[in-house]
Amino acid sequence: MDFVLDNLLTLILFTPVLAAVVVFLLPRERSSLIKWASFLLSFLPLVFSIILWVNFSSSTPAFQFVQKVAWYAPLNSSYHLGVDGISLTMVLLTTLLTPLAILASFSIQENIKSYMILFFLLELGMLGVFLSLDLLLFFVFWEFGLVPMYFLINQWGSEKGEREIWGGKRIPARTYASFKFMIYTMAGSLGLLLATQMIGVVSGTFDILELYSRWNSLSGNLFGLPIGTVKAIAFWAFTIAFAIKVPIWPFHTWLPDAHTEAPTAGSMILAGVLLKLGAYGFLRLVLPLYPLEAKYYAGALGLLAVLSIIFGAYASYGQTDFKRLVAYSSVNHMGFVVLGIAAAAFAGGTLDANLALNGAVLQMFNHGLSSAGMFFLVGVIYERTHTRNLEDYGGLFPLVPVYGGILLFTSMGSLGLPGLGGFISEFLVVRGAWPIFNLFTALALLGLFFTGAYILKSIKMVLHGPLNEKWVGHLTEINAREIVVITPLMILMLIIGIWPAWILDVINRAVNMLF
Amino acid sequence: MPFPILSVIVFTPIVAALIILLLPPARKTEVRVTALAAATFALLLSIWVYFSYDVAAGGYQFIEKYTWLPALGISYHAGVDGMNAPLVLLTGVVMFTGVLISWGIDDRPRDFFAFLFILATGVFGVFVSLDLFMLFFFYEIAVFPMYLLISIWGWKETREYAAMKLTLYLFVGSVVSLVGALAMYFTSGLGTFDMIQLEQAGFSTAFQRLWFPFVFMGFAVLGGIFPFHNWSPDGHVAAPTAVSMFHAGVLMKLGAFAALRVGIMLLPEGARFWMPWIILLTLVNVVYGAYIASVQNDFKYVIGFSSVSHMGLVLMGFATLSKNGLLGAGVQMFSHGVMTALFFAVVGMVYDQAHTREIPRLGGFRRVMPVVAIAFIIGGLVSMGMPGFSGFIAEFPIFMGVWETHPWIAIVAAISIVITASYIIRIVGKVFFGNLPEEFQGHVTDVNILDKIALVVLSVILIGLGVYPAIMVPMVESGVEAILRLLGGA
Repeated sequence: MDFVLDNLLTLILFTPVLAAVVVFLLPRERSSLIKWASFLLSFLPLVFSIILWVNFSSSTPAFQFVQKVAWYAPLNSSYHLGVDGISLTMVLLTTLLTPLAILASFSIQENIKSYMILFFLLELGMLGVFLSLDLLLFFVFWEFGLVPMYFLINQWGSEKGEREIWGGKRIPARTYASFKFMIYTMAGSLGLLLATQMIGVVSGTFDILELYSRWNSLSGNLFGLPIGTVKAIAFWAFTIAFAIKVPIWPFHTWLPDAHTEAPTAGSMILAGVLLKLGAYGFLRLVLPLYPLEAKYYAGALGLLAVLSIIFGAYASYGQTDFKRLVAYSSVNHMGFVVLGIAAAAFAGGTLDANLALNGAVLQMFNHGLSSAGMFFLVGVIYERTHTRNLEDYGGLFPLVPVYGGILLFTSMGSLGLPGLGGFISEFLVVRGAWPIFNLFTALALLGLFFTGAYILKSIKMVLHGPLNEKWVGHLTEINAREIVVITPLMILMLIIGIWPAWILDVINRAVNMLF
Repeated sequence: MPFPILSVIVFTPIVAALIILLLPPARKTEVRVTALAAATFALLLSIWVYFSYDVAAGGYQFIEKYTWLPALGISYHAGVDGMNAPLVLLTGVVMFTGVLISWGIDDRPRDFFAFLFILATGVFGVFVSLDLFMLFFFYEIAVFPMYLLISIWGWKETREYAAMKLTLYLFVGSVVSLVGALAMYFTSGLGTFDMIQLEQAGFSTAFQRLWFPFVFMGFAVLGGIFPFHNWSPDGHVAAPTAVSMFHAGVLMKLGAFAALRVGIMLLPEGARFWMPWIILLTLVNVVYGAYIASVQNDFKYVIGFSSVSHMGLVLMGFATLSKNGLLGAGVQMFSHGVMTALFFAVVGMVYDQAHTREIPRLGGFRRVMPVVAIAFIIGGLVSMGMPGFSGFIAEFPIFMGVWETHPWIAIVAAISIVITASYIIRIVGKVFFGNLPEEFQGHVTDVNILDKIALVVLSVILIGLGVYPAIMVPMVESGVEAILRLLGGA
């Protein structure tokens, strides 16, 4: 047990690699063996993160379970891991969603072995970002996560659909979407890469904890420019990289394509965890490393957040493709996370700022649950009907009552119905941001109106209205495996909605510690 | 006397070449087996040298010195330090994998392997030389067989042209360097070609500034520096697969390494004076090379120009003259060597089956040769500097070095990363994914086990170095410190 506790974070981080190796060694033809082995192995990180959660002491105001080994010695970069309340929450979210996503992938037919290996590598990349306390290591995992996601979309994405590109050539939509995802994110990370190198050169270390003090205490001139200018440029380099990942309007255009074309489980992870990487970057790096710049530009960030909320919801309302509708809803919900962050950046240290940040982190967790759930439910109905067009559905409630109930519940969770998780976190963000940005918060609430509208629209077009006769006898009810996937998500939404203290306590200590 | 391990490494290939030439030409299998045995032996010895090099002690090790022409101050003087031990290993790896994937050569394999091995001796010789004369001697040995290999076994369309162009370019370059080397020999007044003594010769600043461009640029031609990079893509494309692997994987490092050892280390003052200008040339290499690669339609030209871009990074690292830059350049020489050997091996395997390298005509090769597809993807990720692979380990410090000296060049050079990503993704998508065109269905088959072994060896090295940089970085760092001492702690 001591060994486990001493190396807990390494175990969480690398059990997915172990799983990938095991799957790699299984024979290619035994697809059900591969599926079950992957599913069972994906519980290893989850078990370790539950052990982590239980042993985590929320009253200790420091990073815990720290491990530090030299990795790239000449650059003073080390394999430095540690968790606080924020990363702990995100690790739990990741390790929880991965088994569910793998279970949701049981319907995949083609090349299941490579699929599962890529999935585990994706989990490695995401966990690495949340666990790293070294800027170089953070970047390593940040970029590495792109690769498996690219192939998941490119190879297992939806097979229908074409897109016209420059010159009038038509290419498969998944090729287009995966290329856009990759290049967009890589180009966004370019600024992050350059700024990381620059920080390393200037500070002589990549250790995030040391950077908090060293980088902030710099003064004078750098590269012939005043330090303030350099920091402002670096601030925007970081911000744009993270804003693309979140995504914040107007950097969101890769998201609807990527989500729509990704396989169901890919969308679950993409919306559930990958978007959180961007928000996590703001919390772990942007706010502590650039407090002055963040405060100075908080208004701009807040404005973009509000625009994300409003436009995200509005665009979502305008979709006729069910999956695209859910995809745009992510822009809308992540807007609240960014609004909370912007408010905290502006008024760091105040009670309002703390509330807003608590809300933002909890919203990250909640959105992870609800968006994964929504994408899964879209996938369930798509597998049966082979259409995502809302107009092709209609009146399905009597045919699939259980599915209908689950869809209703999850949609309400996404809407922010009191009693479910989304309400708590959005309320906290709004409560915290209101005294700081009245106008923005008021506008954001207006955006909530559209949120209600698009959710009701989707429910109406799928479940209610005149029954589309062609589905009678063809549409089967949600099966037991699929119910197993969605149930944990629903339970957690409900628990957080009714009794959020268990998770907010952990988050709150971390927020207090950082700011 | 200790076992002369470096000499054994250097002369194993040429002895093997002689044995191969003694075999009757019809005994093709015996020729191949001999070649493989010699390559394996050289690889094992270079692994031995690499892992028994004492990093903590640093400096030159495994030194051998025999006077050769005392009247002229020429000796056979060999040794490895942190900078060239990885390159010796690289040569061993490329030689071994090159023999594996050339197994199928049916047109006069005896002569092919003999010339290839003479080339290998030249390469090993340059890397371990501590004597300027000996360095030139092996340098020419390495360049000349290239001409025959390309013009006899190369791609029919362009081989005469490319072989001629390549050889002339490199001869001109080496002659220019040789003039500089002779100037050093006469001016130093020490009457020796020994580089360790010449390092301490204390050339005047004016002398160094005058001769540095000749020496550096002459060698850098072989490193593919802009605007003298033109021979390289043509040469790569025309060469047979194993020769392309050697050429891009090892020979271009030969140029870069010689530019470092003779140019920068013997004329540090000159380097300091000229480097702010040379770094501009390397910037063109990096960005323009990547751009040209991205608009090629010939699979092999893409890889050829990508080498120009990546070698630009090596030279850029040199041009920073800073610890991080040199460290990154040292690692990049190894990483790029392995990566590009992998790339050319893959191109060769695809071409052998498809008989075309036109990217738009290819497609779906993942279905017939999955291992090749995975290997190319791994190489591609290295090439775009993806973290977790060796390319990142190498390029990150280079960029840090550039930040220390010329921040805006780092920003411009970074554009190449996105361009590289775009063309790699395009090739992966076009060549390996999608559907197999009708004309290939039923005609193309998977590669054989020897090819797979070669690809796996190369891929494992790229991933291993990326995940665990400590396997090479401290060694290169010790080599870099020696260079920094010559540069006066700069």
